[in-house]
Amino acid sequence: MKLAEPAGLALAFIARLITGAQGHWHGSAPKAEQRIYFANHQSHFDWVLIWAALPRDLRAVTRPIAARDYWTASPFRHWLTREVFNAVYVSRQRASDGGGVDEDPLEPLMEALRHGDSLVLFPEGTRGHAAEPAPFKSGLYALAQAFPDVQLIPAWIDNVQRVMPKGEVVPVPILCTVAFGPPVALAPGEERRAFLDRARRAVIALRDVE
Amino acid sequence: MDALRELSVREQVALLFVVLFGLLALATIVAVARSLRELTAEQAAVRERFTRDLRAVWAGTVLFWIAWVSGPLGSTLLFGLVSFVALREFVTLTHTRRADHRSLLLAFFVVLPLQYVLVGMRLANAFTVFIPVYVFFAIPVISALANDPFHFLERTAKIQWGITVTVYGMSHAPALLLLDLPRYRERGAFLLLFLVAVVAAAQLGQEAATRRLRRRPVARAISRSFSWRAFGIGAGAAALVGLLLSWTTPFTPLAATAMAAIAGAAGTFGEFVMKALKRDAGVRSWSGASSVTGAVGLLDRVAPLCFAAPVFFHSVRGYFGI
Repeated sequence: MKLAEPAGLALAFIARLITGAQGHWHGSAPKAEQRIYFANHQSHFDWVLIWAALPRDLRAVTRPIAARDYWTASPFRHWLTREVFNAVYVSRQRASDGGGVDEDPLEPLMEALRHGDSLVLFPEGTRGHAAEPAPFKSGLYALAQAFPDVQLIPAWIDNVQRVMPKGEVVPVPILCTVAFGPPVALAPGEERRAFLDRARRAVIALRDVE
Repeated sequence: MDALRELSVREQVALLFVVLFGLLALATIVAVARSLRELTAEQAAVRERFTRDLRAVWAGTVLFWIAWVSGPLGSTLLFGLVSFVALREFVTLTHTRRADHRSLLLAFFVVLPLQYVLVGMRLANAFTVFIPVYVFFAIPVISALANDPFHFLERTAKIQWGITVTVYGMSHAPALLLLDLPRYRERGAFLLLFLVAVVAAAQLGQEAATRRLRRRPVARAISRSFSWRAFGIGAGAAALVGLLLSWTTPFTPLAATAMAAIAGAAGTFGEFVMKALKRDAGVRSWSGASSVTGAVGLLDRVAPLCFAAPVFFHSVRGYFGI
């Protein structure tokens, strides 16, 4: 499929035209290292914004997570996530209805990381509408444990909830920024909850940086 | 002067751009040459500001050149894009709510393109009333349908205001290019350049005057620099530039001076009003460090033009009785 590349460029251009998609790097640089970016989640537009804020050569190796049941349901969605975004598909419910082998929902992510790709995670698990992000789910901790060499970069996405509120389909042009912070590393022997709270605070701290 | 009049319009406009780009290149060369010397901190700050202004003038001139080369369609599109970016900055810093979503969509994707289409089709009677009459009614209706009474007047007023300044005001600049004046066909580029030159002269004159005079500001809470004396000097500078450039316009020297003073004053007042607005939004410049957005700060640059263009446009029309 040759269409994917120009489609990706066009999409990034539109995202920049509408939101500016400014990436601000505080304490980390846009380098081609293997990374897990984790950010607050307020809108369907979040992923596109982070993706458009990254330099072009990093976009190709940075992959989103997509729910398999939704994003493979129609040919267009499947094409968009597979060819343009190179998404990692995960199943939302464990496929153990009937005694099959219980697949770890994190396994596809681990597979991608073993492959050397970078990932973008929204550890809240769902879109939030409060001023502060919800408590983080434990996936980030598991990945940090399994891949200690992969950098964990917090990111704060600002203003995007105004671009496309829940239930609307057409985005309004409003400038947004993505602030990337210094890497957060799992300390030796650090507890799961303590680490997740620390990661969450690292994301929130970027809100006030400017 | 007579030799110049002999040239065709196209050649005259081309010559104008050659002169402009020549002057700019000269200024840039001088600036670069002077930057090679050692500078004190204060000089460096002045230089930095000058470099930024120079870059803005370069960008503006290139913009006008593209507008002229690409004809009415290109210039309308170009100014439409400038409007789009300016409105985007404006909306970013006003506190709209979820219920405003549809109104904003209307503003960006219907009102803005339609206004520029009307301008491009030279429908002067339509594009001067489209926003003040039809859009004025449409925006609150759409907002009310969203079923959210919280700060309703404030929200709609902000959106309408943003549209009026960044779309309605701005669209009068390309409208000058397309204005059909007696014995002045296809020379709109001069008129637009005249407007930009006098508005810029008013800004520069006022800025220089405030630095020298140290007068008591009229409205300290809004602007530390705005004083009546400085304002008068700014308008005077605009009038002077207008007089010097009167041979490029279809006006008599006296009329050109008066028009320049009016346009310059409108631009300066426009900037003053934008300052009040920025104070309200809590930022110093649309591109300032405190802005969430890292916007390019285009609105700062074009705001005086947005205010001066409609005033100037209607002065010209009034002058010729069309």
